[in-house]
Amino acid sequence: MTVAPAKTITYREAMREAIREAMLADDRVFLMGEDVGAYGGCFGVSKGLLAEFGQDRIRDTPLSESAFVGAGIGAAMGGMRPIVEVMTVNFCLLALDQIMNNAATISHMSGGQFQIPLVIRMTTGAGRQVAAQHSHSLEGWLAHIPGLKLLAPATIDDARGMLGPALADPNLVLIFEHGSLYNLEGELLPEGGAVDIERAAIRRTGSDVTLIAYGGTVATALTAAEQLARIGVEAEVIDLRVLRPLDDETIIASVVRTQRAVVIDEGWRSGSLAAEVSSRIMEQAFYELDAPVARVCSAEVPMPYPRHLEQAALPQPETVVAEVRRMIGLAADE
Amino acid sequence: MSARAPLDRDHGLELLRQMLLVRRFEEKCVELYSATKIRGFMHLYIGEEAVAAGAMQALESDDAIVATYREHGHALVRGVSAASIMAEMYGKLEGCSRGRGGSMHLFDAATRFYGGNAIVGGGLPLAVGLALADKLRGRRQVTACFFGDGAVAEGEFHECMNLSALWDLPVLFLCENNLYAMGTRIDRYESQTDLALKAASYEMTAWSVDGMDVLAVEEATRRAAAEVRAGSRPCFLELRTYRFRAHSMYDPDIYRSKDEIEAWKQHDPITDLIERLRAGELIADSDVEELERSIAEEIDAAIAFAEAGTLEPVAELERFVYAEGASA
Repeated sequence: MTVAPAKTITYREAMREAIREAMLADDRVFLMGEDVGAYGGCFGVSKGLLAEFGQDRIRDTPLSESAFVGAGIGAAMGGMRPIVEVMTVNFCLLALDQIMNNAATISHMSGGQFQIPLVIRMTTGAGRQVAAQHSHSLEGWLAHIPGLKLLAPATIDDARGMLGPALADPNLVLIFEHGSLYNLEGELLPEGGAVDIERAAIRRTGSDVTLIAYGGTVATALTAAEQLARIGVEAEVIDLRVLRPLDDETIIASVVRTQRAVVIDEGWRSGSLAAEVSSRIMEQAFYELDAPVARVCSAEVPMPYPRHLEQAALPQPETVVAEVRRMIGLAADE
Repeated sequence: MSARAPLDRDHGLELLRQMLLVRRFEEKCVELYSATKIRGFMHLYIGEEAVAAGAMQALESDDAIVATYREHGHALVRGVSAASIMAEMYGKLEGCSRGRGGSMHLFDAATRFYGGNAIVGGGLPLAVGLALADKLRGRRQVTACFFGDGAVAEGEFHECMNLSALWDLPVLFLCENNLYAMGTRIDRYESQTDLALKAASYEMTAWSVDGMDVLAVEEATRRAAAEVRAGSRPCFLELRTYRFRAHSMYDPDIYRSKDEIEAWKQHDPITDLIERLRAGELIADSDVEELERSIAEEIDAAIAFAEAGTLEPVAELERFVYAEGASA
């Protein structure tokens, strides 16, 4: 048997292949959102899909987030498997009524009579100098809501493999695509398929400290880990992957091994996902810790436009390294 | 325009039965609320019964319904049992939503009753999506979406008018205009109070109907539903109605004059229909008495069912936050 060679592919292309595969596999699947058709997707994810699948299944919508997100919920209740693209998480606030008051409540409030097998994809994150209304990471707000599942693919494999299981899930699944990742390149096996959407992943093993990140901050954590290795500190890097429900088991097992944890979150610190993860470590592994859990989050400001201020507001590898050094009692010059 | 079908005795009695059931059911709910058997928010449909009773005649069993928090009448007329609705009001496991929704959140998958939505305007996008699913699957079904005049001021109304017309979706929008968004009269919150005109601006057929006349509502809804079904196009009806009771059990009703309420009560849809049926010599006093008797029995049985119902075990509190089992 010949093994097909791995091919190099971008995160954007991986996401597109996932959508194509889902649409080919199940004629109940369709994609709708702003500019997903003729424009090819604001970030180019759905380029070419309109020509392949036609406008019944690749539906350009008006700028009506509440209506088309709610229509996705209704269509899911009506037996379809919609993929709704919301251009950025910042715009999903215009549809929050539908996400919160309908999608997250109807299963429970109806006593389990209805399911919402819907996937909503949206871009998140900063780093592209698009200022305070296009740059925020609001995953933490959405992760607050019972009834939702949240995924944050940070790798090519996850970009390719999370959509299928998300569509098969009978609940609303939100997929957050960090804007800095679309041009990420990597190898994907041709048969590269579904991945689990339940567990966090260890992206680097280490024994001295656990760096916990997701989405865009996974790269930040890995860079920090390399810098730490140069000074003899071995960091383990956990990619949360699933932001709700959180995979406590993987997190706690790692912290029990390393006895130190830093959570890296592009959201604001107050009331953040980082706060939730930190709390869980405190609740479940307090006596294993050598130091208080540290957090590296975005500065609590609306994201500014100029590059130097934007970078100053975002979690940086150097900040992570400094936190780890402080934690283990290394002076700045050691 | 199709002529109104001649009213026959059986159909007249059925319309009367449905409206009387809603009226008497809710009157009993008021008593039970005072007795603290029912709690939370409760919004009465009394005065508006002709809208649900008339409109529901046009729907088939596989059509979908999306309603508001003032939806006891819609659920009853659709065929959700009085017993399961009353049990729901009692918060009992035997209720149509397992007791978890209460008055504002009646759900029933069997009759495609997609709720009781308590966010004004929040049901409209759901209706658009249900209709989109029907269209994409080639099913000639109608989604009937009830909402109040207050919803017309919401952005979701305009988004959904536009989207459903743009995509030719089979939604029947049924706007129950009772003239008040809670306590604010329509001319104090709408720049354009002709709601059909507003809807028509989205390129859909739209007109206004006397919502106190059950026969007029039925005739208009049949015509509108036929248009939606045949053409896979949305249609909008403004049903001009009035609630005889306060907005909710908490509302002191100080924003309307007694004279105004009394004037509307002179057009009670139930007494009007009784008079019409009598004038046509289609029914006798004894028919009404018989209806009242059987409805009272049905409601008594519903209360007994609710009283005998069980409370959901606290251990099941978190069930159905996430759907159980695989996707259907």
